[in-house]
Amino acid sequence: MAAEDPIHQFHIERLVPIHIGGLDISFTNAALFMVLTVLGAGAFLLLSTGSRRVVPGRWQSAAELTYEFVAKTVRDSAGEEGMRFFPFVFALFMFVLVANLWGLFPYFFTVTAQIIVTAALSLAVILTVLIYGLWRHKLHFFHLFVPSGVPKAILPFVVLIEVLSFVSRPISLSIRLFANMLAGHITLKVFAGFVTMLGSLGAVGIVGAILPLAATVGLTALELLVAALQAYVFAVLASLYLNDALHPGH
Amino acid sequence: MAEAFRIQLAQAEPGPAPAPGSETAGTVEPEHKSFPPFDATHFASQLFWLAVTFLFFYWLITKVVVPRISGILAARRERISADIAEAERAKEATEKAAAAYEKQLADARAGAFRIAEEARGQAKAEADATRARIEGDLNRKLAEAEARIGDIKSKALADVGAIAGEAAEAVVKSLADVNVSTQEVGDAVHAALNERR
Repeated sequence: MAAEDPIHQFHIERLVPIHIGGLDISFTNAALFMVLTVLGAGAFLLLSTGSRRVVPGRWQSAAELTYEFVAKTVRDSAGEEGMRFFPFVFALFMFVLVANLWGLFPYFFTVTAQIIVTAALSLAVILTVLIYGLWRHKLHFFHLFVPSGVPKAILPFVVLIEVLSFVSRPISLSIRLFANMLAGHITLKVFAGFVTMLGSLGAVGIVGAILPLAATVGLTALELLVAALQAYVFAVLASLYLNDALHPGH
Repeated sequence: MAEAFRIQLAQAEPGPAPAPGSETAGTVEPEHKSFPPFDATHFASQLFWLAVTFLFFYWLITKVVVPRISGILAARRERISADIAEAERAKEATEKAAAAYEKQLADARAGAFRIAEEARGQAKAEADATRARIEGDLNRKLAEAEARIGDIKSKALADVGAIAGEAAEAVVKSLADVNVSTQEVGDAVHAALNERR
């Protein structure tokens, strides 16, 4: 039965089939939740700051705190110069955070539990680093891979490691977020599935279902933490990588 | 978690393989063949919609959200620093006013002291003048009185001579029945008086 299948929640369904030149760009449930993510994050940021009060209310305060939190993250990792990437990092943080939070609602789709989405966001970061770094520093950008003060004999080896670590960044960045969301949601679904399965076994089963129900509640709280934490981790790593575009010398 | 994943794969594998060509039917059921996040069928659509939504969101952040919130924060910072400057200014003004008040108070005290001193001096001078005037008056009156006394005294003495002469003339007339001239009696009395003196 699909309701107890922990993988079912990641299935993509076409809501409005659109095909252009043999390319399937149907409006799916994934696309719907991307739109909801943008609407949710946009509504939060715009409605709360609409009155522009000098003494903020609760919502405006929350929006300002989020803004200043991300601004501090970027400033700490990439310096004052890094603030040119602040809108990008802020957009990434809010998008990932709100997508993660939507995913916590039962029957909702988790956009960030799709590897293609997290990979695309990570590639956007890495391509920004590459393109901005090359535009700004021209060939000096490749100093990123050549640490100073390394003996000539082991330099090729060090450069190889640096290149590998650079290449692995988008992979680790995308898989970290994807795997966290995927694993958390599967775990939640499995425990919640135990509740319904045991519940259908009669009185003994209902008593036995208390434990997985408690676990589900606890896991939901944990997932709330993970949702916020992973958005933060994504933003921190993005600003750390963007720092390389600004200061390629180690 | 990994176990559940494997269970699901095991369940999915033996299921009836979807007939080729039925994939574009628009329904979901035939796409159970792999783990959904790794199923490339919807990659294009996901990338397309992610690009649309995220680029719109990025545009919204850069054009509206960041200017607005940074504007709010800057306005607040300005307001706070302006308020602090205003408070500093007010404090300074208060201190200035307090200093001016102190100075005025001191001035007033000094003025009062000066006026009192002047009044005292004036009163003293007036009193001195009055006393001097009265003393002068008294001295003058004293001198006048002394002069008058002297006058009276000398007049009295002169009268004494005349009376003595008359008395002597009468005495001489009655005793010796000699008529002496008044001139002679007067000279004699004078001589006698001068002798006694």
